[in-house]
Amino acid sequence: MGKPKTIIEKIWENHVVHREEGKPDLLYIDLHLVHEVTSPQAFEGLRMNNRKVRRPDLTFATMDHNVPTANREIVRDPISKKQMETLKENCEEFGIRLADMFHPDQGIVHVIGPQLGLTQPGKTIVCGDSHTSTHGAFGALAFGIGTSEVEHVLATQTIWQQRPKTMNVQVVGELGPGVTAKDLILAIIAKFGVSFGQGYVVEYTGDAIRKLSMEDRMTICNMSIEGGARAGLISPDEKTVEFLKGKRYVPKGEQFEEIAENWLSLATDSGATYDKTLTINAEEIEPQVTWGTNPSMCVPVSGSTPAISEVENKEEVRRALEYMGLEENQPISSINIDHVFIGSCTNSRLSDLRKAAEIVRGRKVHPNIKRAIVVPGSFLVKMEAEKEGLDQIFKDAGFEWRDAGCSMCLGMNEDIVPPGGRCASTSNRNFEGRQGNGARTHLVSPEMAAAAAITGHFIDVRKFQQVLQ
Amino acid sequence: MEAIQYHKGLVYPLNRENVDTDQIIPKQFLKAIERTGFGKFLFYNWRYNDDGSLRQDFTMNDEKYNSASIILAGKNFGCGSSREHAAWALLDYGFRVVIAPSFADIFYNNALKNGILPIMLEQSIIQDWMEKAERDSFTLAVDLEAQTITDGVQVIAFDIPAYHKEKLVNGWDDIDLTLLLKDKIEAYEQSRQLV
Ligand code: SF4
Repeated sequence: MGKPKTIIEKIWENHVVHREEGKPDLLYIDLHLVHEVTSPQAFEGLRMNNRKVRRPDLTFATMDHNVPTANREIVRDPISKKQMETLKENCEEFGIRLADMFHPDQGIVHVIGPQLGLTQPGKTIVCGDSHTSTHGAFGALAFGIGTSEVEHVLATQTIWQQRPKTMNVQVVGELGPGVTAKDLILAIIAKFGVSFGQGYVVEYTGDAIRKLSMEDRMTICNMSIEGGARAGLISPDEKTVEFLKGKRYVPKGEQFEEIAENWLSLATDSGATYDKTLTINAEEIEPQVTWGTNPSMCVPVSGSTPAISEVENKEEVRRALEYMGLEENQPISSINIDHVFIGSCTNSRLSDLRKAAEIVRGRKVHPNIKRAIVVPGSFLVKMEAEKEGLDQIFKDAGFEWRDAGCSMCLGMNEDIVPPGGRCASTSNRNFEGRQGNGARTHLVSPEMAAAAAITGHFIDVRKFQQVLQ
Repeated sequence: MEAIQYHKGLVYPLNRENVDTDQIIPKQFLKAIERTGFGKFLFYNWRYNDDGSLRQDFTMNDEKYNSASIILAGKNFGCGSSREHAAWALLDYGFRVVIAPSFADIFYNNALKNGILPIMLEQSIIQDWMEKAERDSFTLAVDLEAQTITDGVQVIAFDIPAYHKEKLVNGWDDIDLTLLLKDKIEAYEQSRQLV
């Protein structure tokens, strides 16, 4: 037996095409996901240099960032329209599969990969999108790249990568009832900061992680980049295998048995060592709410915004509070919201919608809420949710029920939070202007967003039922 | 990509940490299908009022920085979204060098691929230069070959992986270099039956 290895090292070694002293490794890419925003200049580059796409069969494209989430037929913004038409033309020209706006496979790129079974353990996966880390939930090495790198992967199916350092984020204990995967990843970022993962690939380990569903694991890996790590992953186990069984692009029958065994063998060996280990206790985590303008500016819902005199980065905190229109020492439960967004590649899968619907069922959105929208992560999620009647629960409560896309996560289409608007959002970034110029974002779990929609302010979802009775 | 060997330029001090790519170039400008023309939208929400006039409270609008080509910034510069538009916007505006205590990984790569030199220096040096650049017109000269940067008084060495340096100095195209290894890529595909 050789030296015990982490899953990160195993996948890496399996993909080295070329290695030379003093240079990054040239890695083979098994799956390249493409969307309309970060690809046009890459295709243009190919054309200018008379190059082809090396492996169209390992490339898959969709439209998600710009798509309208209602009345698809009319894309009002001519520039958005042009960008989507350009993707269509590029995919036709270069022979790439495309799930366009009207295709039943359409959805947020990080939701459809797993749903189609394109995402599999052991694969190297890239996309011109920083939340590509989502696919790490399956034990894939998945990371976001820039447009020049998109062009490089299209042309060569490879990428130059510096060997990353490995990090173990160990979650001990178990999450309490009503505390979600979203709260866990927010608490990790709050504790270790927005750049703890810089230069690392993170593996999440521990009982709390094992207990999570595949969908919840995606929520965790999704936000790795918010902690500075380009990739975050979780070793595959029986849940991973079970999730992928029967998915369209996953082998069937005997072949499946074989590949599943292979997947399981990728899990980190016992005794393998990491360059760094961080530990967090799940038992101590409460539902989280961000109060500031980066995801580490986050406290438990029972907490308050910080006191400027007590923090080191005074100027940053002062500016964040000012932008957010909050006082120092302000209790989170006193923050009134006027927008609610349930969606994004972090929290728009079926289980997210189910959990939010459970809270909303039979209740009404608070009169102070100007807009509450639910945007399923994919066309398929939408169909499945409708089969269960979730759409009706949301609509009865006063939510808008939309078509799949990125939507209010970044407001590139028409779904934006107006200047000064305050949004409880299940997305992943609370940067200034992210959801709209001057918009104020509070990141929360789907359950917390749903509860806030009903009460009009943040409330501990664990106490929510009692309070309303 | 335009090669860069030596660069001397005026410094703009952006005294903020965790400058994210949503700030460098907001999403409404990501719809273009070209690589150029993003400079006027750089730091859009910080630079302009709603009516399109320049914000007086954002120092980059101070005339004395008009011809700046080097940015000094706080740690974790370029975090957030992978948008290469952030690098394109900086370049299009006229910035060729970004100096910070640390960079987000994706931005660091995006910068290098567009002929922008990201330099990591110690916080104390950056702080010192930040104050100087806030006070007066302050220039720095970067010698990439020698891997040094100087304000005319002190000469500071910086690190950059040899591989990136070689490409920047020569302005080489990554894809051309990789395609020289085409046989190895094919052999790899054969070995994994990826054909
Ligand atoms: S949902 Fe938001 S974070 Fe996810 S891919 Fe779309 S824009 Fe990016």
